[in-house]
Amino acid sequence: MLLEIVSITLVFAAIVVLAWPLGKYIAAVYAGERHWSDRVFGPLERLSFRLSGIDPSREMTWQEHLRTLLTINVVWFFWSMFVLMNQGWLPWNPDGNPSMTPDLAFNTTASFIVNCNLQHYSGESGLSYFSQIFAIMFFQFVSAGTGMAAGAVVFNAMRQRTAAQLGNFYDYFLKSCTRILLPVSFVATLVLIAEGTPMNLFEGKDTVTTLQGDTVQVSRGPAAAMIAIKQAGTNGGGYFGVNSAHPLENPTALTNAVENILILLIPIAFIFALGFYLKNRRLARVIFGAMTLGFLMILAVTIWSEFQGNPNLNRMGISQTEGSMEGKEVRLGAGFSALWAISTTATSNGSVNAMHDSFTPLGGAMQLLDMMINALYGGVGVGFLNFYIFIILSAFIGGLMVGRTPELLGKKVEAREMKIAMLVALLHPFLILVGTAIAAWLSASGNPMAANWLNNPGYHGFSEMLYEFTSASANNGSGFEGLADNNPFWNISTGIVLLLSRYLPIIGPVAIAGLMAAKKTIPESAGTLRSDSATFGILILTVIFILAALAFFPALALGPLAEHFSF
Amino acid sequence: MKRQRSTPFFAPALVREAIRESFLKLDPRRMFRNPVMFTVEICTAVMLVVCTWILAGEQTQGAFGYNFAIFVWLLFTLLFANFAEALAEARGKAQAASLRKTREETPAKVLKADGSVAERSSSDLKKGDRFVCEAGDLIPADGEIIEGIATIDESAITGESAPVIRESGGDKSSVTGGTKVLSDRIVVEVTTVPGESFLDKMIALVEGASRQKTPNEVALNILLAGFTLVFLIVCITLPSFAQYAQAPLTIAALIALFVCLIPTTIGGLLSAIGIAGMDRALRANVIAKSGKAVETAGDLDTLLLDKTGTITIGNRKATHFYPANGVDTGHFTRQCVLSSLADDTPEGKSIVELGANDKSLSQQQLQFMLAEKSAMKFIPFTAETRSSGVDLPGGLRLRKGAFDAIRKMVEVAGNPIPAETAEAVQRIAANGGTPLVVAENEAAIGVIELQDIIKPGIRERFDRLRKMGVKTVMVTGDNPLTAKFIAQEAGVDDFIAEARPEDKLAYIRAEQNSGKLVAMMGDGTNDAPALAQADVGVAMNSGTAAAKEAGNMVDLDNDPTKLIEVVEIGKQLLMTRGTLTTFSIANDVAKYFAIVPALFAAAIPGLNALNIMRLSSPESAILSAVIFNAIIIPLLIPLALRGVAYRPIGASALLRRNLMVYGLGGIVAPFVGIKLIDIAITIFH
Repeated sequence: MLLEIVSITLVFAAIVVLAWPLGKYIAAVYAGERHWSDRVFGPLERLSFRLSGIDPSREMTWQEHLRTLLTINVVWFFWSMFVLMNQGWLPWNPDGNPSMTPDLAFNTTASFIVNCNLQHYSGESGLSYFSQIFAIMFFQFVSAGTGMAAGAVVFNAMRQRTAAQLGNFYDYFLKSCTRILLPVSFVATLVLIAEGTPMNLFEGKDTVTTLQGDTVQVSRGPAAAMIAIKQAGTNGGGYFGVNSAHPLENPTALTNAVENILILLIPIAFIFALGFYLKNRRLARVIFGAMTLGFLMILAVTIWSEFQGNPNLNRMGISQTEGSMEGKEVRLGAGFSALWAISTTATSNGSVNAMHDSFTPLGGAMQLLDMMINALYGGVGVGFLNFYIFIILSAFIGGLMVGRTPELLGKKVEAREMKIAMLVALLHPFLILVGTAIAAWLSASGNPMAANWLNNPGYHGFSEMLYEFTSASANNGSGFEGLADNNPFWNISTGIVLLLSRYLPIIGPVAIAGLMAAKKTIPESAGTLRSDSATFGILILTVIFILAALAFFPALALGPLAEHFSF
Repeated sequence: MKRQRSTPFFAPALVREAIRESFLKLDPRRMFRNPVMFTVEICTAVMLVVCTWILAGEQTQGAFGYNFAIFVWLLFTLLFANFAEALAEARGKAQAASLRKTREETPAKVLKADGSVAERSSSDLKKGDRFVCEAGDLIPADGEIIEGIATIDESAITGESAPVIRESGGDKSSVTGGTKVLSDRIVVEVTTVPGESFLDKMIALVEGASRQKTPNEVALNILLAGFTLVFLIVCITLPSFAQYAQAPLTIAALIALFVCLIPTTIGGLLSAIGIAGMDRALRANVIAKSGKAVETAGDLDTLLLDKTGTITIGNRKATHFYPANGVDTGHFTRQCVLSSLADDTPEGKSIVELGANDKSLSQQQLQFMLAEKSAMKFIPFTAETRSSGVDLPGGLRLRKGAFDAIRKMVEVAGNPIPAETAEAVQRIAANGGTPLVVAENEAAIGVIELQDIIKPGIRERFDRLRKMGVKTVMVTGDNPLTAKFIAQEAGVDDFIAEARPEDKLAYIRAEQNSGKLVAMMGDGTNDAPALAQADVGVAMNSGTAAAKEAGNMVDLDNDPTKLIEVVEIGKQLLMTRGTLTTFSIANDVAKYFAIVPALFAAAIPGLNALNIMRLSSPESAILSAVIFNAIIIPLLIPLALRGVAYRPIGASALLRRNLMVYGLGGIVAPFVGIKLIDIAITIFH
């Protein structure tokens, strides 16, 4: 256990050490500074812009940014629906997998367009190679790029003294893909291939003879490239059904560490990038500090709980020195499974290397809490946007508490911004609680539709439904897999939740930042509440925990807490 | 005698009126203005229905007594919130009424066009009417003196018993209704229609009739509405969760959870806080034209202050005699005193005073000079000569005046200016003083140094402002050198020297363009544009009607340092709202731990582990939380009315302090409170 904790600490340290220079690089990319990467990526980008007739130097207002973002997303939506519903006859389908049903195609499209991986299918049997590459992997780049570009718009808005023009969306978007996501995932792909992850393009299933002498069909495909981007872009959609618990997705301790680093790398680097971009590294440190404190608290409880083992097994006198190992990979261990679980739920990544359903109730509660907060690092770009809402709310409460009209970085926070911030803050509890309430009601009232949903009755069954909606609303994508979720109710309801919880929390912060950018800058004085002080960091973290804890406490009490206390 | 400024919070007469009002305010149409409390009212009504339902024989909702207790305490929650608002209003009204009492039904001697005087009631006066006031008359309405000069007792308004002088023309021409003329006769033109004066506006604001929500209040209401909605979602979805967990919920429990979670504490006290802010301003003898003006004062970045009367005592005083080389010190002192014996200006008097205290001048000599006074010929100051002095019977001519005026006189007579005199002049000017050169028979014999005297304690006040983040700017007609010196001495951050009214306006605009909020005080008509331009313009009550019209506050005491108090009142107003919001939301943690285990303890015994307060039964737990939620409102009324104390210790330190007291305190207090109430319920049950 000690060894595992030491290695976990080292992995986390490695992430921070790598994220610092990456953050500096990201800031340079968005600031449009001259950089050696111009020579590498410049020609490709210029070619794309020339072919599409886009002028990347045309500045946009925040409304234009949002219009552009939504328009290209609508186009992608129809493209993906077409591919998934026709993959049966489309080329590059060596395993001969069938086309998707409309509701599953909708759920899959909704899931990946919002940079989520609520996979109600299994990759081996559910997708062709064509779909994997041109629907799934395509989204793993562009949906991540969309979130990062929206983040870049807010960066730009926060830097302005008084301006309406906030850069060009296409420019931010393309550079996010070409200059940040592409190189990071390229390097990761090479590591994965070297460790044994498949990267074959044309052959179908392989036939392998096992030690026992049986022959089994082993699915393969262009997996390594996809796994790299799924982690780097916090999408999490695995090539194979069991995601990174699959020995070909995550063969060794090294790939496990590398993938775990990738999950957190860009989300953390994005915060550092804010500091470099605004030339306000103290602010970045405060945000990073608040996020990390929250993250480590949740991680500590999870690791502790998992190492306690299953109390029922303990009572039976079964030794659990390795911790609770049900649903976990022996080659990875309880500690690294806990680190992964908390990393993936914190960042709306959603890939798993162990079955979350089988974690101890407290461990499951921490995963839920992580997604209910959804701003401790968060998904690439969007995690910062979620956190930005909490910054606005904290600046408002804090500003009043020091006797001044609330302001953030010299811009007043007024009724309009509060209205938007509150709407976004309300959306998450609304979607999760109302969704779960409908499901729980259907289930409790014996509706035939709900007859086969739950493999586990009782509190754990409730946790499974709560987890599904929480995961959808957090755009996370991981699941408590005990739930039978490939049916119209879950496909459609979570699909709608996915779309709402993706676009409103992008529109809100961009609108707030845009409105604030247009305001006059108030010079700082001794009476100004500094947003880059440790006190303010603590305030944000308190606001986050109180908002999440307050809204979700009864739900958590009836799910994982009831399970925990009823052992 | 100052008017008493603090009435006890729960003075019996006020409480009686407030209790009556708190019932009247239950009217849903009035309640609707406050969304948080309006939802509580709906919940109370639902509980009333549940109680009748149980009386009609319903079995599943628990005992009648318990349900009725919840209903009663919800009703108390409403009444307490109404009481807080009503008490704040009553206090404001009482304050305003004492001002208003003086101005009702005063006879006015109206001056007709033909010059004759007719007596009418003050309530019949119209704007533009002219009336006459003589010694002993009460002034019937606000107005401006257009003829005459009078001493006026303004103690009814300011509480200051020393009479003041008001005269036509200039910046001290304004009179206020209700004050009393002590001497002489004035003709006054009515400038405001009775019922629309500043005082009437203020009374209306305090009474709540025309109280507009300030921008910060609107934003805070959005936050509170948001929290109310979150908990509405929580409580609406909970029955379905409970149904799944096979833990039936009673309506009383669900409503109790909802009312305890929504921010009723701040929701109930919010309007009381706003009214109390206006009231505090009024107690400081400042009439604000809107709540927004008071709130803006808390955000000020820059404060423009006139030097004279604000930073310095008003008049310069002689501080030193510097005789030229070869001139006897005693002789020089005597000549200085002689030159000023008949000079009635404050400067002249201060020269005599300084001389009288000088060792080199004996008491006998002074008496002798005074005895000779009638034989001397005094030369008064004129703008042309820029000097004054005296011609003695023996033919001795003494003059004192500005350096260049005396130099001219001396040089015309063919005498040189002593080098050390020129040097002393330079030195005095550099130190912020004013040099007066003395000439005896057209020969310079030395220099008198006049200095501005900075008000004691003013430096500390500016330090305090600086710590609040407010920059102070001194406005003065002095030359830049003098201005700089005084600015340094007084500790102001910046100054405008040789200021003309348009310079003030330009300075304010420049500050505003860089995003700052600017306040200024003024009294003259030529201050009006700057007062109007400033974000907070405080006009002196003694100032002209134009100045008062342009500003958004009027200071009845005519005290220029009053802005410091106004800034603190504005900050207190915001802080009180912020800290009570934090307190209210922090309370929810404990309420959850009281109510959630109580809701499910029967169906899910394991969840009793969350009952960390070890409350005796589910019913007492829920009731204790509701009772705590209700009585915290009256307990916090004094804090809401008084305001959270502001300390200029820097924003971060202030935030830390308030987070500890109201955030951490808000988490801990209800744990203690609910536990104590639970013990009491268990004992008395």
